[in-house]
Amino acid sequence: MHIQLSHPSRTVDIKGPKRAKDVLRELNLVVEAHLVIRGDELVTEDEMLADQDHIEIRPVISGGT
Amino acid sequence: MIHSSMNCTKCKTKAVMKLPRHNAAFCKPCFNHFVHDQVEKAIKSQAMFGPDERILVAVSGGKDSLALWHILLALGYHADALYVHLGIAGYSERSYDKVQYYAKMIAAPLGATLHTHTVEQEAGAGIKELAQLVHRPTCSTCGTIKRYQFNRAAIEKEYDVMATGHNLDDEAARLLGNVLHWQEEYLDKQGPSLPASVEGFAKKVKPLYRLTERELAAYCVLNKIDYIVDECPMAQGAKTLLYKEVLNRLETESPGTKQYFYWGFLEKQRKQSATSAPATMAEKDQTILHPCMSCGQPTTAESCSYCKLMARAKSAVPH
Repeated sequence: MHIQLSHPSRTVDIKGPKRAKDVLRELNLVVEAHLVIRGDELVTEDEMLADQDHIEIRPVISGGT
Repeated sequence: MIHSSMNCTKCKTKAVMKLPRHNAAFCKPCFNHFVHDQVEKAIKSQAMFGPDERILVAVSGGKDSLALWHILLALGYHADALYVHLGIAGYSERSYDKVQYYAKMIAAPLGATLHTHTVEQEAGAGIKELAQLVHRPTCSTCGTIKRYQFNRAAIEKEYDVMATGHNLDDEAARLLGNVLHWQEEYLDKQGPSLPASVEGFAKKVKPLYRLTERELAAYCVLNKIDYIVDECPMAQGAKTLLYKEVLNRLETESPGTKQYFYWGFLEKQRKQSATSAPATMAEKDQTILHPCMSCGQPTTAESCSYCKLMARAKSAVPH
């Protein structure tokens, strides 16, 4: 599956099917700091993602003060 | 297509968001209800404002402040917003676009107004140049300018209260930083509702302190609120980000850590002030603050930090 990442912006491909939380683990990303979006729909970390899915993994941490 | 699903704790339809700290999962309508309910709880429990008061929301184009504006309008509050244009090349324009789009498409039809303050117009330079001129870190210069301009706008435009999008992660990270360095003098002002202690200071509230960054980002995605995802280029390497990362690792292993830490602190603070009855924050402020000799805003020194910053910047400008 095609995965869009940010900070910095890049894409990676990961073989599916795989649960969202396992994709995050494979990319060494913490669940609490990210959202998984399939197409334009938010999915839970238990969702099974398929090879044909377009996924965005969006970081949610901000702030620099 | 492979199907798998987890159901909403409340209505049993397909869930889109899991909330381990509440041992729950919600579909979109139930999640929105949860978010609105948390904000109402924050507003009422901390006596932030009433239904007839005018609120000025500090917006940046990021998820928290746009979510805050959206939630307050959805709950029927009179909420206008102020955007401070910092003049950060590229980033400020893109974030301003997000704010303007939201203001035009969602807020204006609900009768809400967007105000804008442009730093370069008043100071003659953007935030990065100003910070270089006065030899101070960009983030602290930015903080001084934003605090000053939001307070000034709230007072001059006669809003009853100023609201910022600080969330549970912001407050827990700040508390961790203050505790790690034992900066006890800052702990007093870490509450989600700061009174208008002296004339010239607007009341300041943080209605999102019960919600995490992840929940607010999810709220924006679910409600199609288009916000700037990029981190401010000036914030790279800031300590806050490290504290948040550490807290999120703890939260993942032990859900609820952030809320126990910050809400626990607030509860301790409340109990302490109930039993020892020390001077209230307003009383303390009244003894140490007086009007700035240049602009009149309250300060502990002769000139406030904003006027000092501007004076230093002016004297540093090459002639």
